[in-house]
Amino acid sequence: MTRAKLPPWLVLLLPAIVIILAVVMVPLLLSLYSSFTPYHLTRPETLWKWIGTFNYVKAATDPNFWRAFGRTVLLLTIALNLEMLLGLGLALMVSKVTQGQRLLRTAMMFPMMFSPILVGFQFKFIFNDNVGLVNNALQSLGLTERAIPWLVDGNLALFAIIMAEVWTSTSVFAILILAGLFALPQDPLEAAKVDGCTPWQSFRYVTLPFLMPFIYIAMAIRSLDVARAYDIVQVMTNGGPARRTELLWTLIGRTGYVDARMGYANAMGYIAILLSIAFTVYFFRKLQSARRELGMAD
Amino acid sequence: MASASQHRLRKRLLRVAHLTGLFLAMCVICLPGLWVVLNSFRPTVEIMAKPPVWVPQSLSLDHYRAMFGGAGEGGIPVLTYFRNSLIVSVTSTLIALLVGMAGGYAFARYKFKGKAAMFVALMASRAVPGVALSLPLFIIFGRTGIIDTHFGLILVYVSMNVPFTIWLIDGFFRQVPKELAEAAEIDGCTRWQAFWRVEFPVARAGIASAGIFAFLTSWNEYALASQLTRSANSKTMPVGLLDFTSQFTLNWGGMCALAVLMIIPALALTFLVQKHLIAGLTFGGVKG
Repeated sequence: MTRAKLPPWLVLLLPAIVIILAVVMVPLLLSLYSSFTPYHLTRPETLWKWIGTFNYVKAATDPNFWRAFGRTVLLLTIALNLEMLLGLGLALMVSKVTQGQRLLRTAMMFPMMFSPILVGFQFKFIFNDNVGLVNNALQSLGLTERAIPWLVDGNLALFAIIMAEVWTSTSVFAILILAGLFALPQDPLEAAKVDGCTPWQSFRYVTLPFLMPFIYIAMAIRSLDVARAYDIVQVMTNGGPARRTELLWTLIGRTGYVDARMGYANAMGYIAILLSIAFTVYFFRKLQSARRELGMAD
Repeated sequence: MASASQHRLRKRLLRVAHLTGLFLAMCVICLPGLWVVLNSFRPTVEIMAKPPVWVPQSLSLDHYRAMFGGAGEGGIPVLTYFRNSLIVSVTSTLIALLVGMAGGYAFARYKFKGKAAMFVALMASRAVPGVALSLPLFIIFGRTGIIDTHFGLILVYVSMNVPFTIWLIDGFFRQVPKELAEAAEIDGCTRWQAFWRVEFPVARAGIASAGIFAFLTSWNEYALASQLTRSANSKTMPVGLLDFTSQFTLNWGGMCALAVLMIIPALALTFLVQKHLIAGLTFGGVKG
């Protein structure tokens, strides 16, 4: 046999590479091409007309696009920070429990298994102004007279969406930070105590730095899937009322499927893709440098 | 001593605060789910009651009966959706595990040029938002005629699950000492035999947890499925959930019943492997 042999690692990785090329890369190339055409779903011949960067210029000058873009970034910033803080708090509380901790840990994982679409629907139900749990409770306790229009008012709707998003994803942070707390070496903590550190100081300067890699793992895992907030928004408000909760993803979906303006939707889609990838690469870099600090890398 | 009793009081206060905080947090985590389960057993009149009925007056299986009867609730073919979800999720999970095992093994055991870059590229492919990816897939699938088929959806889910599966399995194979496989090879096993007889059994639990993750992703996915499925041919349950909504009305009870049907398998599976799930995520991440 004179046939050149592929190295074994390439043979093993080949199926993964082939399927990702076929199902992710090729479609992305098509969407990149079509973002330079006025492609309209009902008029297939428009796919062959080249209009240059027209769609991108249109997106860049469209205030609706920028509002959705800003809102997406805002939502992610608030949600991710809240999730991290609440997850840290929850993990610290659970780690202090001595009895029934296994049960608590299992209960903590509940929200992770819920389909985002289900979470959206569940919170739509909870925040429903007429029959929702929140309004019913507030009215029964006599805290408000009238029903609060949670999903009808723009700002309140954004708040409700953030609540739903935080509810599903806090457990990812809590579980990973909890694992970090278990792996925490006791000696430096003892030493800090002997040296007269207050509990806050030993948390700030001993515990927290050790937990950072775990927080970055959680961030990296979350960053792979940030766009799942789309499902929640889609079912809770569908971008409404009057575009007040429109995110980049719902805007893309509506432009592409409802208005059938595929070219324009793909142009905006590409901006969303680059945003997500930048996000992921950033957190994987952070993760790698955190690992190196701990001496755990290869 | 005044300071000693003060100290004890402070400790007790802290303990009370700790337990209260924990209790509240657990309520927030558990209540939404429990409320959905409860409502799936209540008649619609009671769900919609004003002023609200807090203590359930009558529990019934009406919503479940209507759901499985096919008629009633607008004739939504829930059982077909359930079957579609099961076929698509199980098949795509199995394929993703095979592909992921090969890839994870390559990352864990071989050194090659551009390994880190390849890894980040794989992860980046997973980060592409579902909606944005669904646009070109919708066009291609429409042209090739695999839109609204199980095959199309399985293909998409395999590619979605492969990167994360590789990440997790890579972490688990790294925990298996290299010497173990080398010893087996010295004893006369081929590399293939050494893998199946030595390394695979040790990493089996981790591979199972990667499988659960892949399964849950496919089981719960909505953004792509909502565009790539059209009819009862291939619609999965998350898409089917929207059948209960119409322009102005929502069938809350029916939706809750379907929601329960969706959660049960996910819950059961996660419960089975929760220990490995946590280990997989942390080891994959920290040591990978």
